Amino acid sequence: MSEAATPRPRRERPGPLEYLRRWPLRIMVGGTLFFLYLPLITLMVFSFNDSRRNIVWEGFTLKYYEKAFSNASLIEAFTNSLTIAFATTILSVILGALAAVMLWRFRFPGKAAAEGGMALPIVVPEICMGVAMLVFFARVMPLPQGLPWPANLGAIIIAHTSFAFPFVATVARARLASFNRELEEAAKDLGASEWRTFWDVLVPHMKPGLIAGALLAFTLSLDDFVITFFTAGPDTVTFPVKVYSMLRFSISPEVNAASTILIVVTVALTAIGLHLQNRNAQKTKA
Amino acid sequence: MTDVAQNASPAPVPRPDARGKDNVIIRFESITKRFGNLPAVDNVTLDVREGEFFALLGPSGCGKTTLLRMLAGFETPTEGRILIDGKDIANLPPNKRPVNMVFQSYAVFPHMKVTDNIAYGLKMDGVSGSEIRRRVDEALELVKLGGLGERMPDQLSGGQRQRVALARVLVKRPRVLLLDEPLSALDAKLRDQMRSELTSLQKKVGITFIMVTHDQDEALAIATRCAVMNRGMLAQVATPSDLYEFPNSQFVADFVGRVNMFEGVLEKDEQDEAVVRCADFSAPVYLDHGVTGARGTTVWVALRPEKIEMHKRAEGQTPFKMEDAPQGANVTPGIIREIVYLGSETNYEVELEGGRRVKTFRSNLTRYDQEDFTHDEPVWLAWHACSPAVLLS
Repeated sequence: MSEAATPRPRRERPGPLEYLRRWPLRIMVGGTLFFLYLPLITLMVFSFNDSRRNIVWEGFTLKYYEKAFSNASLIEAFTNSLTIAFATTILSVILGALAAVMLWRFRFPGKAAAEGGMALPIVVPEICMGVAMLVFFARVMPLPQGLPWPANLGAIIIAHTSFAFPFVATVARARLASFNRELEEAAKDLGASEWRTFWDVLVPHMKPGLIAGALLAFTLSLDDFVITFFTAGPDTVTFPVKVYSMLRFSISPEVNAASTILIVVTVALTAIGLHLQNRNAQKTKA
Repeated sequence: MTDVAQNASPAPVPRPDARGKDNVIIRFESITKRFGNLPAVDNVTLDVREGEFFALLGPSGCGKTTLLRMLAGFETPTEGRILIDGKDIANLPPNKRPVNMVFQSYAVFPHMKVTDNIAYGLKMDGVSGSEIRRRVDEALELVKLGGLGERMPDQLSGGQRQRVALARVLVKRPRVLLLDEPLSALDAKLRDQMRSELTSLQKKVGITFIMVTHDQDEALAIATRCAVMNRGMLAQVATPSDLYEFPNSQFVADFVGRVNMFEGVLEKDEQDEAVVRCADFSAPVYLDHGVTGARGTTVWVALRPEKIEMHKRAEGQTPFKMEDAPQGANVTPGIIREIVYLGSETNYEVELEGGRRVKTFRSNLTRYDQEDFTHDEPVWLAWHACSPAVLLS
């Protein structure tokens, strides 16, 4: 081959950002990845461990998966969590998109306050949010008890949405900063109403931000423990709360198995979301 | 404003490309637009006739874009009325107006392919699917984008994107098409090409075009009529050649093309001749036409560089005699101080005796013309009696 004839270029000095070509950086990157992922990998590996005590490896088994799947209350908690996460995501995306457009588009008295107020749930300690929600649903706006599923998840969904939608709004708002106002005017000029303009021009522009925001909202809701703990009732246990209560008795491989499933679900959904976003970005870019 | 020099112009000859019919399609009636207390547009009254390619010309911040945006419906006039076909459009939102706009950034929807972009306006109007397809194809052919319909906007060049923007509005067959700085985002070569294409496109579709531009070359080249704006007010409304040859004010003379401006005093003013005395020349400025002004008024003499002739001068020689001016008038001595050779022409800066510098140029008609004059050479500058424009303001 002709390429083989050309001499290999001499090794150049590594640039400042070529991490993997400097040994101290290699060690740092390796160490970070190791400590970041080792616990997760351990958790997943031990979910297949054939031992009740789950401390030493005693052989491969799937029986804890079977056990987890036949554990009705665990499945119920899992279903609750997914339902809450989906509902929270949908509500957060709608609210977040509207809030972003409002803050970007209009000037009104108290706008700075509204903007700061909206970001508050991001910075307020979760424990305070949890207590606040508890008091709110107990004293200020008690929701009726004993509603059929999934209406009984309402309190948790409201609580989750209240801390998840600011993330969506922030991401969407950042995305809107790059919006060309002439696009909006062009749509109106061509005959689109306000609503059609929003739907045909503004939403497609915000889409990558909304997808990223939706992923954030979904994962935030799915693994939230603190706020959920304060707003959940006895018949509305979510997966993290359930895992916590199971751990109080023993570290059973069943918990590992359930956690592994949750990780797989989250990673899969994130991958799908990112894929959608990439395809979208490529479509508008290419 | 009295258009002084206009009196002298010969009976207007209809231009072969004057496509304007007589009926007024758009009328601005004492339009004022204030942002806070600042008037962006100040009491503008203007008619645009059907079939015209009309240009709003002016420096940035003169209110031309605001005027266009009021017509499109993106700004509301503070005072006054805008009529389209005789109907007040104050209460019509942008999406209900029979005008469409090509934006400066083209504003092609980035997430829609070319055909969807062009079809958008028709879809909003509820046109049927087959009709949309037919008209979109027609529009693609019209702007020479046939075969690119499936592309996304990012796969197009700037010029092609502009064509999409044009097709997108033309397909709606508006009464009036608005163009906001249509050529400013293109590189020089493409700009020349799009200039002539815009003109031929407008002739072909016969729609009234209104263009906003700060580029006087562009306005002169494309428009059939121009309105020059300054600080929110109309400075002059005229055909391109009238703007250039018969400006009505120092601002217009200076903004449209290059000019040498001399302050002077009106010394004599009769039916068919006038004389202005300028401090910059030893000789009087003789005009073969009258000027409406009292004797002793301060006037400005605007002389375009190409209307000044340059002749060799030797020490002690009698002044060069211009054939249509009395001996000693319309001629002034100077010394060449700067020469810029541009290929097709050479620009000269000539210093007069008082130190004032005058711009002039010569076309290089033969390959040796640029060698005729050199630095620091004494010359006569001379001009015809009909060349200077005398301005009262």
